[in-house]
Amino acid sequence: MQARMTRRKAVNALMMALSTGAAGLGLLVLALILAHLIFKGAGALNLAVFTQDTPSPNDVGGLRNAIVGSLIMSVIAVAIGTPIGILAGTYMAEYGRFTKLTKVIRFVNDILLSAPSIIVGLFVYQMLVVTLGHFSALAGSVALAILVVPIVVRTTEDMLLLVPDTLREAGLAMGAPRWLVIRQIAYKAARAGMVTGVLLAIARISGETAPLLFTALSNNFFSADLTRPMASLPITIFQFALSPYDNWQALAWAGALLITVAVLALSIIARLVTSKKDKS
Amino acid sequence: MDTLTRDRSPFTFQEVDPAPKPRISIRNLEFFYGETRALKGIDLDLPENQVTAFIGPSGCGKSTLLRVLNRMYDLYPHQRATGEVLLDGENILAKGTDLNRLRAKVGMVFQKPTPFPMTIHENIAFGLRLNGTAKSEIDDRVQAALKGAALWEEVKDKLNASGQSLSGGQQQRLCIARTIAVEPEVILLDEPASALDPISTAKIEETIHQLKERFTIAIVTHNMQQASRVSDRTAFMYLGELIETGETAQIFTRPREERTSDYITGRFG
Amino acid sequence: MTATTDYESGGRAAHPAARSDRVFGTLTLAAAVIVLLTLLGVFVSLVMGAWPAFHEFGAKFLVTEKWNPVTEKFGALAPLYGTVITSVIAMLIAVPVGLGIAIFLTETCPRPLRRPLGIAIELLAGIPSIIYGIWGLFVFAPFMQKVVQPALIATLGKLPLIGDLFAGPPYGIGILTAGLILAMMVLPFIASLARDIFLTVPDMLRESAYGLGMTRWEVNRHIVIPHVRTALVGGVMLALGRALGETMAVTFVIGNAHRITTSILQPGTTISAAIANEFTEATTPLYTASLVALGLVLFILTFIVLAAAQWMLRRMKAKAGV
Repeated sequence: MQARMTRRKAVNALMMALSTGAAGLGLLVLALILAHLIFKGAGALNLAVFTQDTPSPNDVGGLRNAIVGSLIMSVIAVAIGTPIGILAGTYMAEYGRFTKLTKVIRFVNDILLSAPSIIVGLFVYQMLVVTLGHFSALAGSVALAILVVPIVVRTTEDMLLLVPDTLREAGLAMGAPRWLVIRQIAYKAARAGMVTGVLLAIARISGETAPLLFTALSNNFFSADLTRPMASLPITIFQFALSPYDNWQALAWAGALLITVAVLALSIIARLVTSKKDKS
Repeated sequence: MDTLTRDRSPFTFQEVDPAPKPRISIRNLEFFYGETRALKGIDLDLPENQVTAFIGPSGCGKSTLLRVLNRMYDLYPHQRATGEVLLDGENILAKGTDLNRLRAKVGMVFQKPTPFPMTIHENIAFGLRLNGTAKSEIDDRVQAALKGAALWEEVKDKLNASGQSLSGGQQQRLCIARTIAVEPEVILLDEPASALDPISTAKIEETIHQLKERFTIAIVTHNMQQASRVSDRTAFMYLGELIETGETAQIFTRPREERTSDYITGRFG
Repeated sequence: MTATTDYESGGRAAHPAARSDRVFGTLTLAAAVIVLLTLLGVFVSLVMGAWPAFHEFGAKFLVTEKWNPVTEKFGALAPLYGTVITSVIAMLIAVPVGLGIAIFLTETCPRPLRRPLGIAIELLAGIPSIIYGIWGLFVFAPFMQKVVQPALIATLGKLPLIGDLFAGPPYGIGILTAGLILAMMVLPFIASLARDIFLTVPDMLRESAYGLGMTRWEVNRHIVIPHVRTALVGGVMLALGRALGETMAVTFVIGNAHRITTSILQPGTTISAAIANEFTEATTPLYTASLVALGLVLFILTFIVLAAAQWMLRRMKAKAGV
């Protein structure tokens, strides 16, 4: 009996030590990545990164065209993806809550949520690049929008389902039509969560590389023309990191740091939006 | 029965049954949750400017009946009602009934307070805007409604605070104010005080007393003292059936049915 | 007459309110259908784009290792093998370590640290994969080349049977390196998902197990993990779906070699890396179609894995709902 107890305790100590070790190892590796990123990225960061466009090899320059390109395409992607996502999520949680179609869409949406983003790039290539005959920022934006939609659909549906039905019934009991109850009562009650969803979607697309590879392509020059190829941070990082030139590699690190900071900031803001709501 | 009714002259009718003219008449109402029959052949009148209380053990169908009267059940699939519910001579169960108009005429206050996620003022103005109240009138109507629900004194300095910042009892009176602001004909109260403390409950009951001058009221309650305090007429329901209905005093002192007296004396439920 | 809702039976279109409701309702329905059509569109466009390749090579496309743009002979076997093997390596490492982190976070971690560490892991799960890729290229691959791979070749490489897995010169980049980078990328994802799943176990269940005198490990091993087994498998499948389709974390360090070698230290390629590297350089229609066909294979592969994952996670939700 005593020996058995000792053995059980030993197994327990061993397994708990292993799990602590796993946590330590995992966190250490992840911390190493972040530390190296900050070290390399901060070293390469200077004002020129924001004010100058991508340089030729061994020349001075910055990432201005890539930063602006990423911003433009992200804004368009969110502008396209958010309304579709919110409306589709609204259908699933409100008008179509009990329909079979909603079940199918929930399944399809969850597939889209985790589908390889390079596949989305191929799809948009076939749909927009081949038919229009050239790479364009618009195609890049559409590819990113397709990544925005499932995230917004998911959070919108989840958040609307958290709104108590009594609140909807109370609105309808006033004689309000459903669209008004949804827009003025349900959306308001679910607002924090829905905003979080959009912020997370922006965070997701700001680092996406694969869907842009053969849609927006890239551009060594500053361009705001949506019908032409446009530079973006992730693609520039990809190209510069694989190049043999020191100044390009340094810019790749600077860009990687910028993206990481942006993504982390967006995720943290998204959390603050929801936690503030929880308190009230 | 039919012959009797037909033979009655208006004069004798008044003597036999002093209830004033019904605002809502329910005829042979049946209600189904999928295959389950939750209401069985209900016949009942809700007289104008009176408070009718529905009592009965949990699951007897009293809340279901209330949700038929403004067709709230329409929100969910597999729920349906048959029979007739006449309001102003129209069968509200008929297909093609304008639900928004129906619900503007038949207001409802729920068991748990349901303030909308907006300011106190907006909570009441919401319904007023719906039926097209002029902008210039809204402030006055908001004030009148809050006074009608005995809430004005407590909130007049914070009309722009969130409706959800009020206490439970205040929230419930806000919901009453919101309902009466749009001047419905009928008000449905679904256990409006069950989540409240005794003082708030007393305030709500006092409000109900004043409201019946202007509205026809139906209240579901599991609290028999409350039913006897606030209502003029009482309907006792059991297992989806309407067992008996009559003046509140009569139901509580001389019930005709044994099941009613069993329930009232606390032998079950 | 089964499923009438407000929206459907809300009255004749004559009522203005009902009409606006119909307009808004139809708008939401249209958006929902767009979601549906997107997935359908992805599938159809891939099939159409891949058609010339399947027409040319038939089913042999899937089992041919050769990938030669010059002679225009293409086969999917090497990238398919690379995709599967890197993902398997990643899961072999990330699943136990991720579960370890989750158990640590729900059991042994000092209480004040649980929330901040949990949040940190969740934030790390959101870091774009290109960050892992660039770190892999500049830091991890050289480290593999100088330290890990020579050690593996000198030790495991000498063993019979498994020695072949660790043969050859240390390139730094290659299948193993890509698998390890993938593991790092999915690790925070698995850890935070597993933690969320563990937290759904009712405290009562945990407490009653401790009440029987079980140790922490026994409670987790015999109560917690079996209780959430289906969801855990679902979560792992979800992570696998991500690993299979991951592009950037792999492309930097895989080496892009269309061949199958027994040694996991050698360069290889994955479907997504091949597409990312070659798509804009594909000069002939058949070359492009072959790359799209690779994409179709990847799509079907991840679809099956993700659908299975969803089915398992749903079962868990249904169980929790009861």
